[in-house]
Amino acid sequence: MTYVIAGSCIKDDSCIEVCPVDCIHPKPGAPDFETAEQLYIDPAICIDCDACVEACPVDAIFAEFELPEKYDYALDLNGRFFEEMSTAERTAG
Amino acid sequence: MMPGRRPRVAIIGAGPAGAFAASCLLRARGDAEIDLFERLPTPWGLLRGGVAPDHQEIKRLQDTFDRETLQRGCRFFGNVEIGVDVSHAELMRHYTAVIYATGAQTDKSLGIPGEDLPGSCAATEFVAWYNGHPDYRDLEFDLSAKRAVVIGNGNVAADVVRMLTRSASELERTDVADHALEALRHSSLEEVVVLGRRGPAQAAFTSAELRELGHLDGVQLLIDGDELELDDISREWLDEHGTFTARTNMTLLREFAARLAQRAVARRRIALRFLRSPVAIHGTGRVEALDVRRNEIVRSDGGLLRARPVGEEIETIECGLVLRSVGYRAVPLPEVPFDERNFVLPNERGRVMTPDGEPLPGVYAVGWIKRGPTGILGTNKRDAEETVTCLASDIDALPSPATPGRHEIDALLAARVPELVTADGWRAIDAHELQRGRSELRPRVKLASSDELLAAAATAP
Repeated sequence: MTYVIAGSCIKDDSCIEVCPVDCIHPKPGAPDFETAEQLYIDPAICIDCDACVEACPVDAIFAEFELPEKYDYALDLNGRFFEEMSTAERTAG
Repeated sequence: MMPGRRPRVAIIGAGPAGAFAASCLLRARGDAEIDLFERLPTPWGLLRGGVAPDHQEIKRLQDTFDRETLQRGCRFFGNVEIGVDVSHAELMRHYTAVIYATGAQTDKSLGIPGEDLPGSCAATEFVAWYNGHPDYRDLEFDLSAKRAVVIGNGNVAADVVRMLTRSASELERTDVADHALEALRHSSLEEVVVLGRRGPAQAAFTSAELRELGHLDGVQLLIDGDELELDDISREWLDEHGTFTARTNMTLLREFAARLAQRAVARRRIALRFLRSPVAIHGTGRVEALDVRRNEIVRSDGGLLRARPVGEEIETIECGLVLRSVGYRAVPLPEVPFDERNFVLPNERGRVMTPDGEPLPGVYAVGWIKRGPTGILGTNKRDAEETVTCLASDIDALPSPATPGRHEIDALLAARVPELVTADGWRAIDAHELQRGRSELRPRVKLASSDELLAAAATAP
């Protein structure tokens, strides 16, 4: 299980501030932060704690099994973001 | 500032940048007395007047703004225009510091013949009209033609394309302004052509917006597969420097181009055209056609990819409406310096600078008037943190306001602005709109004229 950020994300970083396992990227200051259209949750690290859901001011985060149909693409999209860029790359800048 | 005195801060503009600045300042200085000034009777700027009606989930941010500002003692002064009702010099007498958060209020023009013909407008005017901005409610958009052209590939372009192509029954479930709903209900549009100056790899759409365009009910998205063939420069750029969004967009565009045959029955069509620039708008008395020319991608000296005209061939697209969305621009503010080249208040990390390069004491900027019209809603949060960090480190060294307390500014506003809208007035407007929305099974029914808004505000206890 993982949580998933959908396309209505406004890149408010409230979720990053509350994530206990630091699994939401890119973070402010990271080289790809400004060009990112939204934030993504690393499904390999997410511990399903729900903290980000509570923090998000626009309700853009969903538990995988509660993802609305119109956002069903987002599960794959969040995962693919991390597949394409290793954590090492993201934090190197 | 004299020890023990609470800093008084005026924030000019109650849009997202102003709201994030107020929230951030209250966290940094819980003792700050903050007044949020707004030209309109309603707060939250583009969250109310820009974000598209079919993106209601994003409008939930207003609950956070309300909770973190107005519910924490920040005052709202709506229907006040700085430079008209109250001058900058007067603000400086009454406040320890002033933060400008006035945004970018005009759009860039295309600079082509025929641009001033009726039927050729800024996409932002169309946005303000359908979102019920009181200054734009009397605009008329002729939707009797079969085809409209939207120029630009950014998020505003995507918003207006959706609003032009969605069905009346979809729009009825949003908070689109009533006058716009009525006009869109009778729209004869069959096709919206969207022109991108550069290629598909450089399109500024987010992948979320592009995906939405490809999944609208009863709307066919047309993409010419040939236009998705990338030139060598774009292919190399995409492989080596392309963003995650650009790669996702290319994948989506190829999927959409490949499925065309499956969706033959459509109420309306959206045609995405890339590497095309408008060169002239024609018509007798109003827009009848748009001439476009082909571009190619070249690498400029700075390494950026830009579009350059190629060939002499001109294609003419018949249309009755042209909406341009090619960028925004801030306008100078009275009595404060302005950077005429970059269209921002000259500033260092939010401290407004004099022409001599010295900080102008007590004057700050945040949002688009500070950094230019870039980024999305949340970008303003980091931007506000930067400005507020500077302000918080300066504030105890700034001189105290000439007036001892809040009642002097209250008296001035009472004298100058008989129809001042306070937080209570806004809550009365909000409650009225939400109530009307409930009775019509809509998220909200907006009051879209100044008179109606001010009348609703006046019912506040």
